[in-house]
Amino acid sequence: MTLASMKRKYEPRRSAEGEAQATSAMIASLAAEGYETVAAPFGHALVEAAGADDKIVGLSADLAKYTDLHIFANAMPDRFYQMGMAEQLLMSAAAGLAREGFNPFATTYCVFAARRAYDFIAMAIAEENLPVKIVCGLPGLTTGYGPSHQATEDLAIFRGLPNMTIIDPCDADDIAGMVPQIAAHAGPVYARLLRGAVPRVLTRHKPDYRFELGRAQLIRDGADVLVISSGFMTMRALDAAGVLAEDGIDVAVLHTPTIKPLDTETILSQVQKGGRLVVTAENHTIVGGLGEAVARTLLTGGAAPTFRMIGLPDAFLEAGALPTLHDMYGLSVRRVVEQIKGWM
Amino acid sequence: MNQSSSEAGANMSLALRAWNIRRKALLMGQVQGQGYIGQALGVADVLAACYFHALRYRAQDPEWEGRDRFLLSIGHYAIALYAALMEANVLPEEELPTYGMDDSRMPMSGMASYTPGMEITGGSLGQGLGIAVGMALGLKRKENPAFIYNLMSDGELGEGSTWEAAMSAVQHRLDNLICLVDFNNQQADGKSTDMLAQVPEEQKWAAFGWMAQRVDGNDMSAVVAALDAARAADHTGPRVIIFDTRMCKGVEFLENREITHFVRVEPDEWATALAVLEEGKPQ
Ligand SMILES: Cc1ncc(C[n+]2csc(CCOP(=O)(O)OP(=O)(O)O)c2C)c(N)n1
Ligand SMILES: [Mg+2]
Repeated sequence: MTLASMKRKYEPRRSAEGEAQATSAMIASLAAEGYETVAAPFGHALVEAAGADDKIVGLSADLAKYTDLHIFANAMPDRFYQMGMAEQLLMSAAAGLAREGFNPFATTYCVFAARRAYDFIAMAIAEENLPVKIVCGLPGLTTGYGPSHQATEDLAIFRGLPNMTIIDPCDADDIAGMVPQIAAHAGPVYARLLRGAVPRVLTRHKPDYRFELGRAQLIRDGADVLVISSGFMTMRALDAAGVLAEDGIDVAVLHTPTIKPLDTETILSQVQKGGRLVVTAENHTIVGGLGEAVARTLLTGGAAPTFRMIGLPDAFLEAGALPTLHDMYGLSVRRVVEQIKGWM
Repeated sequence: MNQSSSEAGANMSLALRAWNIRRKALLMGQVQGQGYIGQALGVADVLAACYFHALRYRAQDPEWEGRDRFLLSIGHYAIALYAALMEANVLPEEELPTYGMDDSRMPMSGMASYTPGMEITGGSLGQGLGIAVGMALGLKRKENPAFIYNLMSDGELGEGSTWEAAMSAVQHRLDNLICLVDFNNQQADGKSTDMLAQVPEEQKWAAFGWMAQRVDGNDMSAVVAALDAARAADHTGPRVIIFDTRMCKGVEFLENREITHFVRVEPDEWATALAVLEEGKPQ
């Protein structure tokens, strides 16, 4: 289905009768059929980390409730700062707290960190290499609310920033595992966040999986295709691999939650096993994200497999129901399967 | 003043217009089972006074060069503006059931490229007033006497960009700019007055050089008087009206529930809310 576009502003619409099409609403949860979910993994993990490190403080720009930071704010109210809806201030103040020896976790939505507050992050935080942990909700295409809330280029923006560590977690265990590790990290971090009821995916496919900062890990092996993915696209890749297996296509999935620094060693050694179609899958524009980072790794590392990218187009996306949009832009399981089959 | 409404509607009271806006917003909320209904009910009186008293526009020609420009800086208030635009015949009421659906011209967050009468894309808050400054400069350059209205929220008072624009409007003596602030004392995490709105806002704006008024935004005659005063004022700079509004106004059982940024309405409550509103229909 194609959705409204500029040219059609003056074309009347009919109501879609009987078609119970939901909603471009803000709070749509990811379709993650069959996975158990964990409530607010970030908030709970931060409370635990803060118990061990009394320098940890939390700040939000009027989005604590929407980034699961309210769990921390309720548990440790005297270590939480409500900064109001002022994202530039949020980042400057986090830098100031870090200068005074604290370990600040600052939350907002990805779009507002990457776009509005970027210069403040670049100069006050990254250039000084301060240990501010920027943890943000609504990564990539996780709301049907339109471009104002769809952070389709955040990874590209932050990849260009020296000193920045960038994480795109897949599930509740990635998030819970990431929090103490980034708390212990001495420099700035940008982490994408899944909030609310977050699926538990990776241990279902690989029971001994544990998040490790800076490491890519093979979740599933396979002889025909190697998918290199991050964020919830690892979930989609794993689900697609299950479907493709029924058609005799054997898909390996290499989960790469740390986007920067990229685990080039693991990526190269997996690709150099040879003979497999290599596909990157990311919840981000194909410009400047995981796919291009992997492409550079392969070219400069002397590997030249058949290489394809799954990701969002270089465009401002439509508003609409999240499942509609994931299908339209190629991020649904059905579309991942279709794309990989088309490339075989 | 407006050149739009049908002859039949010309004498309709502003109270009835506001009631119609509330009703349409509730019907849209019912379509999706959700929506920023608390904000829509709260700001309905201000929108009725704007669209049926203050603004000049042509319903069938939303880009008419002589129109007053109405900017919705707060994208999430789109449900309220759609209701007003339908009441003003800018949008056809038949499209109401498409609200928030795929392929609708009325997405949950207001965007210029989707909806006739939607001047700017809101949603990334704190951008409207700066755009309003540029449009006000542009109108002056073109010697176009129209006004720019920018509707913003109390949450947006926290963004630095708002105050950059506020200072600029004074520097450039933008007496064609009227800023409307919906002060519902609510933001995503709690009350605005617990965050950055600690000092009375009308005093801040006045100190910045604006002609500032603060009125009860649910008292129609006060709203109308403030809009009239803002347009007519003998003041060489911009004008702001801070409207104190009550979220969920007009549907008492919603007004009395614990108010949050996103008021939850249970599936069966939409019909009840419409029935309660019906009882309060103005004559
Ligand atoms: C720049 C920016 N920061 C944060 C948000 C997320 N957000 C959406 S509404 C909102 C509350 C802002 O206050 P207000 O507009 O007064 O909210 P309301 O009265 O509707 O509760 C926030 C923080 C946003 N849309 N834009
Ligand atoms: Mg408010």
